[in-house]
Amino acid sequence: MSNLLEIRNLHKSYGDVEVLKGVDCTMAQGDVISIIGSSGSGKTTMLRCINMLEEFQGGSISIDGEEIGYETAGGQRHRKKEKEIARQRALTGMAFQQFNLFPHMTAARNVMLGLMKVKKLGKDEARSIAEKWLDRVGLRSRADHFPGQLSGGQQQRVAIARAIAMNPRLMLFDEVTSALDPELVNEVLQVIKALAQDGMSMLLVTHEMRFAYEVSNRVIFMNQGRIGEEGNPREMFHKPQTERLAEFLKTSSFG
Amino acid sequence: MGYTLNFAAVWRSFDLLLQGLALSLALAFGAILIGAIIGLITAFGLISKNGLIKRPAGIYVTIIRNTPILVLVLFSYFALPQLGLRLGKIESFVFTLALYSGAYLAEVFRAGLLSIPPGLREAGLAIGLTEMQIRTSIIAPLMFRNILPSLSSTIISLFKDTSLAAAIAIPELTFEARKINVESFRVIETWIVASCLYVFTCSILAALMRSVERRLSLPR
Repeated sequence: MSNLLEIRNLHKSYGDVEVLKGVDCTMAQGDVISIIGSSGSGKTTMLRCINMLEEFQGGSISIDGEEIGYETAGGQRHRKKEKEIARQRALTGMAFQQFNLFPHMTAARNVMLGLMKVKKLGKDEARSIAEKWLDRVGLRSRADHFPGQLSGGQQQRVAIARAIAMNPRLMLFDEVTSALDPELVNEVLQVIKALAQDGMSMLLVTHEMRFAYEVSNRVIFMNQGRIGEEGNPREMFHKPQTERLAEFLKTSSFG
Repeated sequence: MGYTLNFAAVWRSFDLLLQGLALSLALAFGAILIGAIIGLITAFGLISKNGLIKRPAGIYVTIIRNTPILVLVLFSYFALPQLGLRLGKIESFVFTLALYSGAYLAEVFRAGLLSIPPGLREAGLAIGLTEMQIRTSIIAPLMFRNILPSLSSTIISLFKDTSLAAAIAIPELTFEARKINVESFRVIETWIVASCLYVFTCSILAALMRSVERRLSLPR
C-alpha cells in the first residue's frame, strides 16, 4: 500500500535563499503530525508546497502515489497544467493563520462555494453539506452570519469547515491559532482534536506545544530547512536527542 | 445693467433639452459599460507579473490619460476615416469615450484589486478553485465594493464628458442648448437651464451610487 503522503528530497528557494534543503517525510492514512520549530525554519513553506501555494525547485511530493504539481517528461521537469493543479489542491484542505474567509459571503456561502464551483453540486445539496459541517464545528446557528459578524475563533472554525467540507484526503493547518486572542484558542483546538479523533489525517504547523503533545502521534522538528528530529511526542518532548530541540523546547510554551 | 431674465424661449424648447439629456445619458451609459469591461481586463493586466501583459496595459493607460478627450474625439471622428475606419457620429463618440473610460476605470479597478488581501486568493486556490473562478467569485465582487466611492466620481465625470460630443454635432444636451442659444439669443437663460440639468442629473447619479454602496455594505 502506498503512503498517503510522501515527500522526497524537497528543495525550495526564494531567489538565492534556500529555505528547504532536502526534506523527506512520509505519512500514513490517519496520521496526525505536528510540525514544530522556530520561525524561519521552513515549516510553513513545507506545508504550502504540499498544495502548491509555493513552487519548489527540487524533489517530489505525492499524495496517494500521485505526484503533485510537476511532471517529468523527456528528462525535463514541468509544472502541471493549472486545471490539473487545481484538482490536486482539492486533495488537501488548508486552514490559514489569518482565516481568509471570503468577507462578502455568509458562513454557509463560504463553505458552499467550493462544493458548487469545484464539486459542481447543486445549491441545496451544497447547503445541506455546509450546514452539516458548520454544525460539527458548533456554528450551525451562525450559518447566515457574515465573517465580520463572527469572532476570530468562530471565523477560524468556519474556515476549517470550509476546508473539510471538500472531503480532502489530508488537512493542512498553518498556525491556525496564532492570530487568535488567547481565550479563543481553545475552541479551535477542540474542533481540530475532534477531527483527529475521527481519523482525519492531518499535518499541523503549530506553536501550541501542549496541543502538539496531546493530539499528534508524531512530531517533526524543523531546523534551518531540514528535519532536525522526528518521533513520537512523548520521547521527543521528554528526551530530545539534539541540543537544538532541547533548546527550542526550553524557550517554547511547553517548557 | 437692466437685464431682465426671460426664460420663455428656453421653456418653449425645453423638450429639446430633455431629449438632449436623454441622449447624453445614453452615450455615457454605453461608453461606461464598454469602458468597464476594457477597464477590468486592463486592471488585471496592470497587476499581472507577466511583462507581455502588463506593458501593453500600461502603455494604453498612459497614452489615453495623457491625451485630452476632445483631441481623441476629433481624432476618431475626423482622422480614423482617413485611415479607412469609417464610423457614424454616435458610434465614433461612444467608441472614443469607452476607450477613454477604460483607461480611467482601469486605474480605479487596479487600486481596488490591490486592496484585496492575497490570502483570499490562496484560500480560493486551496479549495480547488481556478484563477478565473477566484476572479469572478471572490476578487471582482470585493473589488467592486471597495471602489464604489471613487467609481461614483469617475462615472459622474465621464457623464459630464459627453458634452464634448457637441464638437462633432451629436444632438446631446450641450449641442441642443447651443442651438437654442443661437436661435433665441437668450444666452444666460439657456446656459443656466442647461447647467441646472447637468447638476440635477449628476446629483441623482451620486445618490444612486450611494444607495448601491449602502445596499452592498457588509454587515459587521
